[in-house]
Amino acid sequence: MAFGGVPVETVEALAARVSDGAMVAVPPDYSFVAMAATRAMIRRGVRDLHLLAVPQSGIQADMLIGAGCVAIVETAAVSLGELGAAPRFTAALENGAIAIRDSTCPAIHAGLQASEKGLPFMPLRGLIGSDLMRVREDWKESENPFEQGDRITVLPALKPDIALFHAPFADRSGNIWIGRRRELVTMAHAARATLVTVEEIRDIDLMRDEALAGGSIPALYVTAIANAPKGAWPLGLAGHYEADQAHLAGYAAAARSRQGFDDYLAEHGA
Amino acid sequence: MSAAEHSKSELLIAVIARMLDGLGHVAVGASSPIPGAAALLARARAKKHLRVSVLGSLRHNDFTDGAREIFDCAAQGRIDAFFLGGGQIDGAANVNLVGLGEYPDLNKRFPGSYGSAYLYFLVPRVILFRPEHSRRVLVPKVDFISAPGVSAPGIYRPGGPYALVTERSVFSFEREQGRFRLHSIHAGETAASIAENTGFDYDSPASVPETPPPSAETLALIRGDVGADIAEVYPRFAREILTAG
Repeated sequence: MAFGGVPVETVEALAARVSDGAMVAVPPDYSFVAMAATRAMIRRGVRDLHLLAVPQSGIQADMLIGAGCVAIVETAAVSLGELGAAPRFTAALENGAIAIRDSTCPAIHAGLQASEKGLPFMPLRGLIGSDLMRVREDWKESENPFEQGDRITVLPALKPDIALFHAPFADRSGNIWIGRRRELVTMAHAARATLVTVEEIRDIDLMRDEALAGGSIPALYVTAIANAPKGAWPLGLAGHYEADQAHLAGYAAAARSRQGFDDYLAEHGA
Repeated sequence: MSAAEHSKSELLIAVIARMLDGLGHVAVGASSPIPGAAALLARARAKKHLRVSVLGSLRHNDFTDGAREIFDCAAQGRIDAFFLGGGQIDGAANVNLVGLGEYPDLNKRFPGSYGSAYLYFLVPRVILFRPEHSRRVLVPKVDFISAPGVSAPGIYRPGGPYALVTERSVFSFEREQGRFRLHSIHAGETAASIAENTGFDYDSPASVPETPPPSAETLALIRGDVGADIAEVYPRFAREILTAG
């Protein structure tokens, strides 16, 4: 089935579009995370991902790292929030199993904004004197061309192969409603391909509704959609359902050990 | 627990809230239940004249431009106070959110720098909050500078550290000297116990006052509206607060 040129497919087929080695941009835990698709990627056994957290991640990054899907994680942070450290992320970095590009939240947003404007770089305040400038060889200190002596950092554009997220609904044409979660818009603008799972496909036209159009991503940027009710579970979907706190606490406890993590994956469909 | 008694969390919430009185806009970042509760307490006392933006909240966050808006807003000078923690904090107020050891071969990895390397430069009043007050955390020199406490002259820096709040005491940060100064000591601690547990040098007045406890009115607010408000983002923490009363 295809609407307006945007194919609607199974979660498995959508996940299969994420090829080994792809740079995949994902949103933070509070913002429409595609967890059903993440489990499908783990089942498929995707490898060597360059995971770009926009600008941080939690259980999604931790599961992908624990399942051996990730070669590089680029992020401002990975944590389970109130439930503590992300155990597989922490273990993988302490063992040197994956590489990290340590970043800071606005630097990731800025890199994506450069891409959405078709620019090679973006200037950003702050950073000078942080060890991030020392370890990020791709970040440079420059001078404000309009004010002599004003030092400022410049960061290269971030161009993900794929933006992957979950949204409350799409319309018949493949337009996606994301409300105020506008980091998803920036991700879709910057990425070469955008894969979206949705709670439902509604028989409406988002582009003809002034109240909804401003909170929508037009089909222009959307590569494929999959229907995935409760597709953010065990995370929440703001305005639709709460995070499953008991399940998340169970994950946080289980994933402290390699065996516990493997048992969790076996039990929960990945 | 009676109104006169209070938990350490309630003391810390009250201490931080006092630092926010009179401000216009306070933002609260990730993994910050006590600062979040403090900001909501300050707002409750300011009768809504204080705007509070809590990351990850729908009810206490009016940003509509996505996750980047808080950073753009800070760069415009529209945020007066923000909070940072640190796996390590040193005497020059450098914070380390990355890990222990020689990067990238860390012995202990922390979550990451979050927005620190930017917001520390741009928000005028950054309050460092780290409950654990030990030589493990408060060190002479951090292993990794996620965000520097002070910058060389000529670096664009309208913001920076204002205070450090721990489970034992409050330090103010003297930007001219680039050093902390002991401001008050929580009940049960002494100048000697602070020195014993602090790994960096700091200035100390001849006599250091005790941190004032929260009033009965403040405790009632924390256990009522503030606890209910923070539950949206920090349900586990809110259960602890709400059951304390």
